[in-house]
Amino acid sequence: MRYAMVIDTLKCVGCSDCVVACQTENDVPIGYCRDWIAETVKGVYPNLELELKSERCNHCDNAPCVRCCPTGASHVGVGGIVLVTADECIGCGACIESCPYDARYQHPDGYVDKCTFCHHRLEKGQLPACVSVCPTKCMYFGDLDNPNSEVSQLLKNRKHKTLAPEAGTNPHVFYLI
Amino acid sequence: MTTSRRKFIKISALGLGGIAVSTTALNMFGANPYLDGLVRENVAKNFIRSATYCEVCFWKCAAWAYTDEKGAIKKIIGNEEDPHCKGRLCPRGTGGVGMYNDEDRLKTPLIRTTINGEETFREASWEEALDLVASKFKELKNKYGAESLGLLKHGCPGWHFEHLYKAFGSDTIAEPAFAQCRGPRETAFALTFGSWVGSPEPTDIRDTKCLVLIGSHIGENMHNSQVQEMSEAIDNGATIITVDPRLSTAASKSQHWLAIKPATDIALLLSWMNVLIEEELYDKAYVEKYALGFEELKQHVAEFTPEWAYGITTIKPEEIRKTARAMAHAAPAVIIHPGRHVVWYGDDTQRERAIAILNGLLGSWGRRGGFYFKEGLKVPNFPHPEYPQPKWNWKDIGENYPLAQMGLTNEIIKSSIPRTNPKYPVKAWMVAGTNLIKSIPDTKELKEALDALEFLVVIDTMPMDITGYADVILPECTYLERTDIVRSSPNREPSIAVRFAAVPPKYDSKPGAWIAKEIGMRLGLEAYYQYGDFNEVIDWQLKELGTSREEMEKIGVKKYPRTSGSMYINEEEVHHFGTASGKIEFYSHELEKLGFDPLPKYTVHPEAPQGYYRLNYGRSPMHTFSRTSNNPNLTDLKKENDLWVNPKVARIIGLKTGQEVWLKNQDDILSTFSIKVRVTERVRWDSVYMVHGFGNDNKKLSRSYGKGIDDTQMISKIFTDPIMGGTGMRGNFVTILTENPHKHTEI
Repeated sequence: MRYAMVIDTLKCVGCSDCVVACQTENDVPIGYCRDWIAETVKGVYPNLELELKSERCNHCDNAPCVRCCPTGASHVGVGGIVLVTADECIGCGACIESCPYDARYQHPDGYVDKCTFCHHRLEKGQLPACVSVCPTKCMYFGDLDNPNSEVSQLLKNRKHKTLAPEAGTNPHVFYLI
Repeated sequence: MTTSRRKFIKISALGLGGIAVSTTALNMFGANPYLDGLVRENVAKNFIRSATYCEVCFWKCAAWAYTDEKGAIKKIIGNEEDPHCKGRLCPRGTGGVGMYNDEDRLKTPLIRTTINGEETFREASWEEALDLVASKFKELKNKYGAESLGLLKHGCPGWHFEHLYKAFGSDTIAEPAFAQCRGPRETAFALTFGSWVGSPEPTDIRDTKCLVLIGSHIGENMHNSQVQEMSEAIDNGATIITVDPRLSTAASKSQHWLAIKPATDIALLLSWMNVLIEEELYDKAYVEKYALGFEELKQHVAEFTPEWAYGITTIKPEEIRKTARAMAHAAPAVIIHPGRHVVWYGDDTQRERAIAILNGLLGSWGRRGGFYFKEGLKVPNFPHPEYPQPKWNWKDIGENYPLAQMGLTNEIIKSSIPRTNPKYPVKAWMVAGTNLIKSIPDTKELKEALDALEFLVVIDTMPMDITGYADVILPECTYLERTDIVRSSPNREPSIAVRFAAVPPKYDSKPGAWIAKEIGMRLGLEAYYQYGDFNEVIDWQLKELGTSREEMEKIGVKKYPRTSGSMYINEEEVHHFGTASGKIEFYSHELEKLGFDPLPKYTVHPEAPQGYYRLNYGRSPMHTFSRTSNNPNLTDLKKENDLWVNPKVARIIGLKTGQEVWLKNQDDILSTFSIKVRVTERVRWDSVYMVHGFGNDNKKLSRSYGKGIDDTQMISKIFTDPIMGGTGMRGNFVTILTENPHKHTEI
């Protein structure tokens, strides 16, 4: 089992529904977020390209945040999900510094928090909150080890990219372009 | 759009003692205390769900509100069966819980009073506030007649007060949704096809092969099912053509973005017709069978070649031809979208007529992938006596605009200014669920009317700007705290949705239904309120609709089979359109009779003087007008608007992204607040752009007061549509001030 998320930038309208859904699902305090929208504009008027996409922890195979965690609070769970055990986190912030995606934040209660792929929902057979709410259905989630899964098929048939591949992290959030 | 993601909070007290606990780096599922905790918590969370439909915007998506055992609303999730949202709310719906949690809400009735020579509000009991409203209503009725009381409304609360008003004898009723928003398209489509577009729009986007958006920015307006279907259309490989001076989100998804010079859309539409007719690409069989006035149209558009339009629109002739052919290629599965907020330049009904005619030429009305025939269900009215007949009503007030199909808010405002000696004088208003200060252009006129009113009662959930002018403020509870009218709206198939209170009202707020009835009873209108609690009305209506509260609590949305036949024209038969002729009227005799152009013409609109830029405005997907601008969840996503400026303009003035600026318009009106510049290629050099609904001027709105500029404040020049009275707002020009113009005037 290897969980992955695939996001179709051709459909994303950048509405931030994924952000609010995550906040309400995971009790993320107001002022913080586990996922966010990135906007990139290229070109000169009127020859322009606009890319909108939802970003979050990339649940990397080679996760710098896990490697640098002094307590083991940051770890890799089943399906390759990168997690933080709040009780074990001393809030040193090393993981925040090491993440090339800026995907972690310090929770006001002291520990470091981030996207969990809504692990608690997966257990109940539900999709992550962001995926299930997206009005454009531009987000897909599933098992990359299964060649017939929607995510595997999309990556097989569509042009895609990952973020900061040069960091060598082997991220598991993919963007269809 | 980029979210400010984090505040780096210093850890003051760690005390977690986590270091001592040893764990392996590779915890397995179920062996992770944190996640275990989460899972346990979630399972333990005995969430109760209750059926509701959203009121953060007018799309009214059906949803489930989840409350925990303490009665706190935890989340709101779309109802899978609902055609408006298909189980997926937009960010505003998902963040609707912020409306309930907002600590700045109106908490108790307030009455204007004078203390030590200063006007202020004092808290009042419902008893006192309602008695005051009723006694003023009676007094004004005796003095001037019930007609002198105007109701300006929006959304569900409006429904309850409309009933109250009509029972009281006043039909002086209007909502900004017509003359400040979608009026021109309703009038134009009624003239052409004999049918309003209505809401939700019956655009068959999911099955379309070509979607054409004229300044309509689906994706920034989160009209939920439209956004969802546009995404489906992208998946299906549909061609999207967007006409917009700004690279909107939709434009960025389009194969063809026509970066048009503002205010020239009609020229483009006429040239498209020219190409379709010249190259014989229009749907000949459909036009022959259904259209009236094709020959006149052909003659009319003969001279409007793409070369002619190029000089006006700045769109290259080849691009005009290419896009016209793309539409014809997709026809009849093509939609020239009517748009929604379409009051731009005062010739808006004519522009919408051009859109309607173009759809007619392509044969898309009543065709799969074009416009379907919607069907809705009539919710029976709870029995009451007939309403009394007022001596005059909204129609008389709007009599200068023969094809106004609903009340004109701006005309009611004009009639409230005694200085102008109005034929139908309005003396008092009730304003329910609409923040007029942000929805009505020409604030000066509005403020003169507000000044002159003998009585103003405002019903809202939040201390919006308009509440500051009220004599009495009545705090309505949010949609999550009230049982409300049954939602029935036309779609591909009829359906109803219910809204049951998920939690009791917070503070001393009350449902609109209760407020209206309490006023009604005090006005002696018992006959119109033959029930104890509004729940009785709902129960009765649900029974009439063949269902029950018990069933609706479980399902939230109920669908009914169509009874009006196919969603599309039956090609074997002859379809009758709702126009006088029963045909699609390209050439409008009705307009001709009234002295208007029977076929749409392009008229030149004023351009910005030197140093000024056209002010364009639009929507952000995270907000609904000014209504959500203080919502804690949604301000977290976007707390203020910014001023989009083309880099060329930025260079000339010397502006940088993030710089604070003020605006002055062509009438020397200064913005009260400042706005931050966003230098971006996404906007043309002849215009600037901002999201509507910010720059709130009420200090009680702690998160949104003074954040950004209110575009409406800058719109002092109105271009009135002579056909239906719409207030065109896109002909205002602003200059950018880098110094605070209020610096020396403030005390």
